[in-house]
Amino acid sequence: MLEIKGLTAAIGDKQILNGVDLVVPPGEVHAIMGPNGAGKSTLSYILSGRPGYEVTGGEASFDGKDLLELEPEERAALGVFLAFQYPVELPGVGNANFLRTALNALRRARGEAEMDAPSFLKLARAEMKRLSMPDDMLKRNVNVGFSGGEKKRNEVLQMAILKPKLAILDETDSGLDIDALRIVAEGVNAQRGPDFSALVITHYQRLLDYIVPDRVHVLSAGRIIRSGGPELAKELEANGYAGIVAEAA
Amino acid sequence: MSAALKTKALDATAQAFLSRYEGLRARLPGSLTARDEAAARLREAGLPQPREEAWRFTHLRPMADIQFVEPLTPVEDCARLLARLPEIDAPRLVFVEGRYRPDLSTPPDGIAVRVGGPAGEAVLTGEKMVDLNTMLSEDGAEIVVADGVDGGTLVLASLALDRDGRPGAFHPRHAVTLGRGAKLTLIDVAVGEGVYLSNTVLAIRAGEAAHLTHLRMQLESSRAFSFATIAADIAEGGEYDSFTLTIGARLSRNEVHATLAGPNAIAHLNAARMLRGQQHGDFTTIIRHAAPHCASRQTVKTVLDNAARGVFQGKIEVARGAQKTDGYQMNQALLLSRDCEMSSKPQLEIYADDVKCSHGATVGEIDAEQLFYLRSRGIPHEEARAILIRAFLAEAIEGISHEAGRVAMERCVDAWWGVKPV
Repeated sequence: MLEIKGLTAAIGDKQILNGVDLVVPPGEVHAIMGPNGAGKSTLSYILSGRPGYEVTGGEASFDGKDLLELEPEERAALGVFLAFQYPVELPGVGNANFLRTALNALRRARGEAEMDAPSFLKLARAEMKRLSMPDDMLKRNVNVGFSGGEKKRNEVLQMAILKPKLAILDETDSGLDIDALRIVAEGVNAQRGPDFSALVITHYQRLLDYIVPDRVHVLSAGRIIRSGGPELAKELEANGYAGIVAEAA
Repeated sequence: MSAALKTKALDATAQAFLSRYEGLRARLPGSLTARDEAAARLREAGLPQPREEAWRFTHLRPMADIQFVEPLTPVEDCARLLARLPEIDAPRLVFVEGRYRPDLSTPPDGIAVRVGGPAGEAVLTGEKMVDLNTMLSEDGAEIVVADGVDGGTLVLASLALDRDGRPGAFHPRHAVTLGRGAKLTLIDVAVGEGVYLSNTVLAIRAGEAAHLTHLRMQLESSRAFSFATIAADIAEGGEYDSFTLTIGARLSRNEVHATLAGPNAIAHLNAARMLRGQQHGDFTTIIRHAAPHCASRQTVKTVLDNAARGVFQGKIEVARGAQKTDGYQMNQALLLSRDCEMSSKPQLEIYADDVKCSHGATVGEIDAEQLFYLRSRGIPHEEARAILIRAFLAEAIEGISHEAGRVAMERCVDAWWGVKPV
């Protein structure tokens, strides 16, 4: 279970989060929507441990462990996964090696046996097939020369292989056409179950037609100003953020 | 000690080499004329000094404190050093402290090899380290691959033992000649322990349409001084494809003078270097495009840590009439600490008007975004760093087409970082 209480954070002198309160119980998918600059990406980076942010107050824990005290790799070992809005290119690092190194690092951290190359390839190929990814994407360097859609699929592939308990999807829908969106959404839906929860960050309601959330939260100026069921997303799509933001102010 | 005193001390080092020459002169193999001439030049001009443009970034002062002596005739089995040679199933020529050791060697079939004295004709006369070699060289391999012959793979190994308090200096002189259409992969490995000076000269002649792949692994002791000067002459349609991995030596300089002497000749002088501590590594190349339609390629990747210093000096000369020259040079450095330093000096001298020459240099740190991406997937910090460093070098190493050679290089890189292969 993800629990965030009164979280405030800054980049340099600029205050970005102004007291975020949020609970995502196991098995649930929550969406975070909001206008540009609301702090959506900042929240996802702080939860995954990206350097460069200063947490000025509040707390964030996962399964009772204080996330803010842990290194990024320790959070990953706990089961936290961030699907990047802009996946990073790694020239000189093969995708298969990257995935297997990550999987085995997680298994080591959890005291499990490492997976050998043949078993890994079998697993990876099966997941890639589900995501309609060609086999040669395993041989290519991580995200190098990938189209926008391929990069996002590669994020979902990593999620499918690493099997996190909490996935944070940071605008995974941006830059995807409708077919790719459907494939990516199916990839996320395939993970859903009692031990999987997700925080789906999106600007548009469109993704939520495919990944139907249990709860929708509106983040504005670094605070959650409204929460509701899936119908809230539809309301936002119809009326925009302006009304809700004005109401909260 | 002040710089002036150090320079004096370096004069003393040159003097010590000259005295040794006087003592050995009567017993040295071959003609003495070239040796005497080299000695006269050294007596006049001394060892390379920082005031010389070609040696601006590489100072020999650290050598001044060391009294080098004539190496003993080695009789050891050298098992520990031999174990460090790459596992490559090929004939090998082993030199210990500059002297050929038949008992450790397995000479090739189908390639003529002659040992027992300095090999080849005079090259780069007047270059000081070459002159020093000419004066004192005692042994070397003369390797000849006849016209049309594919000589396969040959390992040329240099071993140096720790002589505890008696640092040796040796000056091997090798020559490799490929006849018309001949082929050879030469894997050139240097390993050692302790303090010593290795000052090698290698003369290469690649005949018409000949193809020499030269994979060099400099794994010298981290307390050693290592100099290697290569003169390569590539005839029409010939190719000299070299890759140099530099990991060892306290102070090293690899200097390559390549001449593309006939049309459509090709030279690749690629390199990867990993230096740390107080290591200083210099890679100096001079490529002469003397004929039209020739291509030269250089990708040099350097990783520096601690207070290490890297130097790359790359000169491309395009002669009048060498039209349609295609020259490319890229020099990239990854700096892992705030105390390391990279000096980079590209030089283009172009006397023809229809040429394509480019050069570039980058110096950077490990990318924070890439590091976070790897760590966010559960890969611990140190492992993530090692993956990115290896990735930086991969582009250079992946270009090595000789598979066993490439694997051997990768193993050296991994061993250096303590990364286990994935």
